[in-house]
Amino acid sequence: MEDRKKLLLVGTSPHMLTDDNTRSIMLDVLIAMAPALAAGTYFFGFRVLVMTVFSAAACVAFEFLWQLLMKKRSSIGDLSAVVTGVLLVFVLPASVPYWMVLVGDFFAIVVVKQLFGGLGKNFMNPALAGRVFLSGWATLLNTYPLPSTDPGYVKLPVFGNIPMTNGVPDAVTGATPLVAMKGGALPDQGILELFLGMKGGCVGEVSAALLLLGGIYLLVRKVITIRIPAGFLLTFGLLSLLFPPAGVPAFQWMLTSLLTGGVILGAVFMATDYSTSPVGPGAQWVFAAGCGLLTFVIRRFGAYNEGVAYSILIMNSTVWLLDKYIRPRRFGSGKKVKKEAEAIMAEIKRKNEGGEAL
Amino acid sequence: MKKKSLGAIFMDGLLFQNPILVQMLGVCSSLAVTTSLINALGMSAAVIVVLICSNIAISLLRKIIPDQVRIVSYIVVIAGFVTIVDLLMQAYLPSLADSLGIFIPLVVVNCIILARAEAFASKNGVIASAVDGIGMGLGYSVVICIIAFVRELIGSGTILGYEVFGGYYQPSSLFILPAGAFIVLGCTIACYQAVRNRKAARKEALK
Repeated sequence: MEDRKKLLLVGTSPHMLTDDNTRSIMLDVLIAMAPALAAGTYFFGFRVLVMTVFSAAACVAFEFLWQLLMKKRSSIGDLSAVVTGVLLVFVLPASVPYWMVLVGDFFAIVVVKQLFGGLGKNFMNPALAGRVFLSGWATLLNTYPLPSTDPGYVKLPVFGNIPMTNGVPDAVTGATPLVAMKGGALPDQGILELFLGMKGGCVGEVSAALLLLGGIYLLVRKVITIRIPAGFLLTFGLLSLLFPPAGVPAFQWMLTSLLTGGVILGAVFMATDYSTSPVGPGAQWVFAAGCGLLTFVIRRFGAYNEGVAYSILIMNSTVWLLDKYIRPRRFGSGKKVKKEAEAIMAEIKRKNEGGEAL
Repeated sequence: MKKKSLGAIFMDGLLFQNPILVQMLGVCSSLAVTTSLINALGMSAAVIVVLICSNIAISLLRKIIPDQVRIVSYIVVIAGFVTIVDLLMQAYLPSLADSLGIFIPLVVVNCIILARAEAFASKNGVIASAVDGIGMGLGYSVVICIIAFVRELIGSGTILGYEVFGGYYQPSSLFILPAGAFIVLGCTIACYQAVRNRKAARKEALK
């Protein structure tokens, strides 16, 4: 028995050793989201933090109950439900009632994720689909409270619903920069204010700086690659630079477009979701460019002033197609290699015909 | 081929070969008219009447209609019945006819009716065709009424126009919009398939 331990055990390839698993990756994503969550809490009050915890707990509970009901092995330990719960709150305004968060969690976890087979089998980003499902309560979803840096800021109640009159929350709300931009004008905030997050908007999307910080962490930890965020932001930025509205300086418009709404949150945390983005590098670039293009088109020509969620969901549904047709080149194949091989064969043939001994 | 009993033909239409849940026919109209339960009931009545009448008429005419022009002939027969139903509805139920709008005339090209004419009525006797019409018509009706019930309940907070939740409930406009129709239809089909698969598995286990 002792000798056996000294034997070199050889298995078949791939010989890879890594400690990565779903849990560790999801934990990294949660760590990366922490700065943005802190920003959301700073700008919109303690309600944000409570709501995030509530949403994460609800997602885990739904996943646990569903798997219990279906007599499946519970997968709540992999933390993916927690990530979905946090991401859903990130794309909602801080003033939404708690029941709406619960409904969104239910749709995201049970309908979008579990009904399609659970982790890795959902074809759409659950958190984004949850948000879009909530769009039926349009008034509640399109009222954005002012950030704490605004002189008109009023504290939101931590628990319970915001008092409402005629279905409209009483909270002091203001137009997000996107409303001004829809009209073809630059918002009141300067670039630096937008970069730091002093603006109305969804909980997790306001602070571009802290979102990028989280993105860098994910890149360093190799949880995501640069392709999807870079492709998304480059395409969207380039289109904004090339086609600014009349009378607006192009470069400033590009920076403003990139720093408002959910572009950075979408590019870093939403579009990079493993199960709803392509596998091959080429397909990932195309996917990312599609997201950027659609976001631009919806913002400029559509009825909504923000299109990140819809463009990512639309591109999510093309992933199988992209993966099928844009495949990475296999080692030793492709046009260039084929040409070289043909040249060598021709050389051999020529030499043979010339009577030269090989 | 062994002849099916009338009961089996009826149950095929209602459940096992349900036009919407299994054959995926008539999905367009079932998505469009299910915004409220009353619309769905009106549409159901129209489809059942037209389906039974056209099945009987086509079954009677099946030996006379030449094969080359059969589809055209079916459409003429169906269009006749649809016109009758349309005029009757406009005369006696004008508000319902208004809210159903174009979808009543469109019953002419409803895939369920044409499919039953082609697949069943043109090959079977009058009584069997009538029973098939009733079964398929009821199968369609039950499903669109379920969809309409859910959509009206969540989308407007009402059932047949009556408030059910009281003032606290906030209806979600998503369920009145087409997206809600697709979600509810998808979930209905999923539930049906789940029950069916479970039954099949149980049968398999008994063998």
